[in-house]
Amino acid sequence: MNIALTLADWWSLFLHFVSLSLLAVGGAITTAPDIHRYLVDETHWLSDTQFTSSIALAQGAPGPNVMFVALMGWNVGLNAAGGLAAGWPAVGLALWGVLITMVGIMIPSATLTFVATQWAHRNRELRAVKAFKAGMAPIVIALLIATGWLLTGNHENPTQDWPLWALTGATTLIVWKSKTHLLILLGFGALLGALGWI
Amino acid sequence: MNDVQAATSTHGTDKHAPRNKTDLFVSFTLLALQGFGGVLAVVQRELVDKKKWLTLDEFVEDWAVAQILPGPNVVNLSLMIGGRAFGLPGALAALAGLLLAPTVLVLLIAVAVAGVADTPTAQGMLRGMGAVSAGLIAAVGIKLMGALKNNPMGQFSCLAIAAVTFVGIALFRLPLAWVLLSLGPLASLWASHCIAKRGEA
Repeated sequence: MNIALTLADWWSLFLHFVSLSLLAVGGAITTAPDIHRYLVDETHWLSDTQFTSSIALAQGAPGPNVMFVALMGWNVGLNAAGGLAAGWPAVGLALWGVLITMVGIMIPSATLTFVATQWAHRNRELRAVKAFKAGMAPIVIALLIATGWLLTGNHENPTQDWPLWALTGATTLIVWKSKTHLLILLGFGALLGALGWI
Repeated sequence: MNDVQAATSTHGTDKHAPRNKTDLFVSFTLLALQGFGGVLAVVQRELVDKKKWLTLDEFVEDWAVAQILPGPNVVNLSLMIGGRAFGLPGALAALAGLLLAPTVLVLLIAVAVAGVADTPTAQGMLRGMGAVSAGLIAAVGIKLMGALKNNPMGQFSCLAIAAVTFVGIALFRLPLAWVLLSLGPLASLWASHCIAKRGEA
C-alpha cells in the first residue's frame, strides 16, 4: 500500500485519536469500530488486512491490548513511506506514526484518570467515594467473568469448537486453584493450536 | 469493624509498597511482558499475590475505578498505583514501564511475522492462546469474588448484582455503557444506604 500524507494529515490523525481517547470506556478495543471507519473506509490510510492483523497481533503479543493502536500507527507510517522495502526512512516514519497515535489516544484519558484518582484518594473517607467503589465491585467482577465467556463463546460451532471451550474451562480451573505460571499455560495453548488440535 | 480493618490494612506492615520510581518502572515492565492477550490476569497475581502492593479488596476497588474511567483499564491502574506512591512522576514511571517494552516488542514481532501471520500454524497458535487467555480472565473474576465478603452491601446483594451484570453482558450482549450507567448508580446508591445504616447501628 502506498499513500502520501501531508503535515495536516498527520495532525488530523493525531486529533482523531485524541477525540477517541475519552470514548474508550471499557478498554481501548471499544474504539476499534470507529478507527476502522476513519482509517480504512474514509481516509484509506490503512488496508483492511492491516487493520485486522494489527488487532490479532496485539492480542497475541505481550502487553496491554492498546498495543493495536501502536501497530496501526506503525502501518500508516509504513504506507506513507512506501512500505518496509524503503529501508530506514520507512522505519523512521513508521515510528512517527506510533508516536502520533499512541500519544493521541493516551493523553486525554491518562490526564483524566490521574486527576480523578488523586482526588478520590484524598477523599477516600467520603461516603460517596466508598459507596461508588463498593457498588461497582460486583459489577466489574461479573464483567471479567463475562469477558472470559464472550472471548471463548465467539465460536458458533459446538461440534467443531468444543476443544477450545474445554481449553478455556481447564485454564480457568487451573489458574483458580493452582499457582501454575501463566506463560506455561499460554505456551501450552499455542502448542495445541500450532499442532492443529483445537 | 470492617472500616477499622480497612483503614489499618492500608498502612499495615503485612503490605509492601513500591520502593521507588525505578521499582515501579521495572515491575510494570516485567508485568507487561508476561501479559499475553491482555495484562489483567498477571496484574492480579503479581501485585496482589506476589508483591502485596494491594490487598484483594483494594485491587477490586481500584479495578472498578480503572474500569469505569476512559482509557485502557490496565493503563489506568498503573497510573493510580504509581500516582499514589510518588505523585505524577510515579504515575509516569509506571505508565512508561507498562508501555515501552511491549511497544518495542510488538513492533519487532510485526516486522518478523510480516508474511507468515496468515499461515494455518500461526492462526492456530493465536486461537490456542486466545482460548487460554479467555480462561485467565474468567479465573481472575472468580478469584476476586472472595473480596465481596467484606462488601458493605452484603454477599447476597453482591451476588444478585453480579448475576444481573453477567446475564446482561454475556447472554443479552447489551452495550457495556448501558450496563455501567444503569446498574452502576443503582448499586452505588444501595451501597451508600448500607454504609449509612451500618454507621448508625
